[in-house]
Amino acid sequence: MVEDSSNNRRRRFLAVVTSVFGLAGVGALAASFVASMRPSARARAAGAPVEVDIGDLREGQMMVIEWRGKPVWIIRRSREMLSGLGTLRGELADPDSQVLQQPIYAQNETRSIYPEILIVLGVCTHLGCAPTKNFERGSASGLSEEWLGGFFCPCHGSTFDLAGRVYKNVPAPTNLEVPPHTFLSESRIVVGVDSEGAA
Amino acid sequence: MSSFIRWVDARFPLTKVWKEHFGEYYAPKNFNFLYYFGGILTVILIIQIVTGIILTMHYKPDVDLAFASVEYIMRDVPAGWFVRYLHSVGASMIFIALYVHMFRGLMYGSHRSPRELVWLLGMLLYVAMMAEAFFGYLLPWGNMSYWGAQVIVSLFGAIPFVGEGLAQWIRGDYVISDATLNRFFAFHVILLPLLLALLIYLHIVALHKVGSNNPDGVEIKQQKDENGKPLDGVPFHPYYTVKDTFGVGVFLTIYLAIVFFLPEFGGWFLEKDNFDPADILQTPPDIVPLWYLTPYYSILRAVTFEWLPGGAKLWGVIAMGAAIVIFFFLPWLDRSRVRSIRYRGWMYKTMLTLFVITFVMLGYLGTKNPGHVDLIWLKNVTWAQIGLVIYFAFFLLMPIYTRLDKTHPEPDRLVK
Repeated sequence: MVEDSSNNRRRRFLAVVTSVFGLAGVGALAASFVASMRPSARARAAGAPVEVDIGDLREGQMMVIEWRGKPVWIIRRSREMLSGLGTLRGELADPDSQVLQQPIYAQNETRSIYPEILIVLGVCTHLGCAPTKNFERGSASGLSEEWLGGFFCPCHGSTFDLAGRVYKNVPAPTNLEVPPHTFLSESRIVVGVDSEGAA
Repeated sequence: MSSFIRWVDARFPLTKVWKEHFGEYYAPKNFNFLYYFGGILTVILIIQIVTGIILTMHYKPDVDLAFASVEYIMRDVPAGWFVRYLHSVGASMIFIALYVHMFRGLMYGSHRSPRELVWLLGMLLYVAMMAEAFFGYLLPWGNMSYWGAQVIVSLFGAIPFVGEGLAQWIRGDYVISDATLNRFFAFHVILLPLLLALLIYLHIVALHKVGSNNPDGVEIKQQKDENGKPLDGVPFHPYYTVKDTFGVGVFLTIYLAIVFFLPEFGGWFLEKDNFDPADILQTPPDIVPLWYLTPYYSILRAVTFEWLPGGAKLWGVIAMGAAIVIFFFLPWLDRSRVRSIRYRGWMYKTMLTLFVITFVMLGYLGTKNPGHVDLIWLKNVTWAQIGLVIYFAFFLLMPIYTRLDKTHPEPDRLVK
């Protein structure tokens, strides 16, 4: 036992310094271990933008493409389909798309750059299920007499209108997400890149 | 004692450990059949490890190969179907035994002082076991595997600010993908088995320090004979090793009957949608976890109140987490003067019965569409909301009703 207090102070100082450096080392090690679990360069590259030709997409039709492993729906809405959008305000949870589930250029009533072309992620905002399209009107849809066409999630019964806006009193909290997208021409779209100064 | 044992004992405390944990570990003499399940859990866990090692020899954790490699095990590997069904049925059998084991604790007050750490380590084991089962369920890469993982991982996305980044970190990608499958495989075969082994060791060390509880909830260490041995205790070996062997035999008979005749158990142990390969564009009609997780899934879905700050989804996740975490507080919520249900009054008996009924009901509702009516009168989601209230009332009101409850005097010794 060394009773010399200056020796004890030195020992304590050395113990603290060793511990601090040791902890810093463990922290640096842990940081790289944690970082190794983030999306890899390959996964990030696979999340690159996707170019699509919608020249063949006719009125009232929907096509599904894959972007970042998620289904992206592209729908060319007819005049009739668009006419219903304005009448639903009272039944929707967020008719004006206040929640930022879309780029700023799609924050309008049709949630799109061009009114007829809707581009949304086909991923339910509740728990990530894949909703199904149901474009029939009224009782033919099997949903309700007042149904104006839209999307129905079979998992927990969430419903969305033809602009991907969520109805009230369903489990999904927000409208369907509109991915960043831009038009190269009238029939060529890139999903994953924002439009600059677009409509 | 042979000279070999003496040689070992001079270098390793073999005889000492044997005496402490088997030969001279005194357990109460009045264990009933509910006390079989600890031993049963150990046996199934060993079966899971052995079958798991064999499955790992043939399974391929790759999104393009995983589903086919499981089919390969089922059809082409000699006795592969048997090993695989032992493993998949074993998962459900573990949870059956685990729930009975936990219920036994609630009945006889095994969570009470001085066994708080036994209870806490047991709860950690329960959580680790749920994680182990969840990671394992992705591996066959069936459609329910995929969508189940999709739903559960996206729950982390509900956490404010960091949620989306956290979910991406867990998946290693923007969606459940090859990266996710590979890491879940690593968690399932390395991380959690090691953790489970460590926790089981600690659970047993803690138990053998304080000694086993029993159906009377009476401390047998209070009454010792002239040699310091508990009057109401019997050595674990041979008395309980033999008794447990019998219990394990009965359990194995049931287990194997299921493996041979009902391995899917009507969709409860292996869901029908999991016989289709994962399809990222096609959700199964109902995404449902396996039965042992459905009580919590029910609680998650029961929170539909949009007026809550932050939204219903976030609070659903919080309620689900709280439903598990609250179990950890049980030793301190229970204020009764006695341990065992045998000497408790009507309030605890009623609440425990209600809780068990509720737990089973929530489990059943978790497998059903919330909008339908599968019980009587009310929609499933409404019953789940009632269940949620009872579930939390059981715990949160416990300090009150266990103190008010009229108890009977505990005997000094175990009753015949």
